[in-house]
Amino acid sequence: MRAIKSVLRAATSSVGPDRNGSKKGHKPYRYSAFSLLRHGFSQADWPRAWRKHDLKSSYDVVVVGGGVHGLATAYYLAKNHGIANVAVLDKGYIGSGGSGRNTAIIRSNYLTPEGIRFYDRSVKLYESLSADLNYNTMFAQRGHLTLAHNDSSLRTMRWRAEVNKLEGVDSEVIGPDEIKKLVPFMDTSEEVRYPILGALYHPPGGIIRHDAVVWGYARGADAQGVHIHQNAEVTGIDVADLRVEGVKTSQGDIATRVVVNCTAGWSTLISQMAGVRMPISTFPLQAAVTEPVRPFLDPVIVSGTLHVYVSQTDRGELVFGASVDPFTSYSMRGSLEFTEGLAGHVLELMPSLARMRLLRQWAGLCDMTPDFSPIMGVTPVAGFLVDVGWGTYGFKAGPVSGETMAELIATGKTPELIAPFGLDRFESGDLMGEKGAAAVGH
Amino acid sequence: MILLPCPYCGPRNASEFRYVGEVSERPDPNETGVEEWRAYLYARNNPAGWTTETWFHSAGCRQHLVAERHTMTNEVRTSRLPEAQLRGVNEEQATGGNVAVDGGGATY
Repeated sequence: MRAIKSVLRAATSSVGPDRNGSKKGHKPYRYSAFSLLRHGFSQADWPRAWRKHDLKSSYDVVVVGGGVHGLATAYYLAKNHGIANVAVLDKGYIGSGGSGRNTAIIRSNYLTPEGIRFYDRSVKLYESLSADLNYNTMFAQRGHLTLAHNDSSLRTMRWRAEVNKLEGVDSEVIGPDEIKKLVPFMDTSEEVRYPILGALYHPPGGIIRHDAVVWGYARGADAQGVHIHQNAEVTGIDVADLRVEGVKTSQGDIATRVVVNCTAGWSTLISQMAGVRMPISTFPLQAAVTEPVRPFLDPVIVSGTLHVYVSQTDRGELVFGASVDPFTSYSMRGSLEFTEGLAGHVLELMPSLARMRLLRQWAGLCDMTPDFSPIMGVTPVAGFLVDVGWGTYGFKAGPVSGETMAELIATGKTPELIAPFGLDRFESGDLMGEKGAAAVGH
Repeated sequence: MILLPCPYCGPRNASEFRYVGEVSERPDPNETGVEEWRAYLYARNNPAGWTTETWFHSAGCRQHLVAERHTMTNEVRTSRLPEAQLRGVNEEQATGGNVAVDGGGATY
């Protein structure tokens, strides 16, 4: 780490951090309607968005996991801190894990002030991400509604709204009449099994195209010299005297002083390779998507009581998600119980969807922590850093996680924004309870 | 759907059960340091393979049972009553104090 820091110091002085994305000057778009036409007529091959490299025998930093967290960490390491001798390893293809399986919802209306500040920074980064990466991520801030079907939910919504407002996040509790105006198709009557009493309305929330975020970060990191290695599975981490010395992969061994665990699903197993035990249990989370229909649903709808959330993509498909499966598993098979339960709950909210057909369902892996907050920062093994335990809220935190983990690696100091999420909180008992705002059903 | 062989009721759909968690030895709270106790509370092996875990047959006989399950395939190979329960000690000790609270439905 010390060697890296000195490398960095030299680099940062010349590069200088540029945190807020590049808003100075308009960059020409690399992908545009014009270039589409030109390539269509010329039949030329599209240029590769990121290159394939041979695995080097050593890197300054090795990032395990080529999802949004890993790629963002590599991107901000290169961009903000001038550390580009970085490898991002993925055992499959980039974005093949949680980053390509989530339901692409972005929001910052959490419960704890620490959580709100953290996720709000992420929303801010997402807002300028398309310009920063010069890649259209299609972030649509259509608003986010968390429905309350009982008194206790309504009280939690009110609590969240007040803490959100204190932290400067746009968030308010609204009644059934206003909900009906935002979502005319929703059954807000009192005759249903779980009548809607109100909702937490969060206008900056919305959806984004998650693949574009992964590809944009990959292209941005690659352009700055980061090596992205796909089909490179980590098989071991060399640790001597509680210091990281290298990584063994299916493509060869790498000598490095810094390894960042940015995996989801496999984060316990990767950490165990470095001898670090984690307070994590892995649960599958299933999602499903319907055939496309004309746009009719603007905001994202979440119901904790009914264990369901719905949004409509730009292509018109309805994307449904639910609670995590009721028991731990690394299996990503869908189940009929999920589909049946989901359909019943969705129809309770919007009976008019009864004739719609599901196109497909899938599952991703969620690393649940006891307090529904992530685990970020240093571990007892020097040079082994973690950015894990992302449960069901990892995608929305991708940019800020990359930014803060990069700062931690470059400066050796834990940024204030992620200090509350350290692994040591489980030893001190200083847990960050986010269940009231992070879990779908509670 | 996975089937769990309940020692009392025979093979039943997993949706009848509540998942309690990995079986782990509870250290004696009177003779344990804070670190070891917190590790018992929070740290999990979370293996990708065979694991031994406690389930609660909430929609059946309402007894705890211990099953061996493969977390990659969800195959279940054995199930039995919690060991300590077989020895005749009370249920709280048998399940390491990790007793399911019946709130109905999934936890989250």
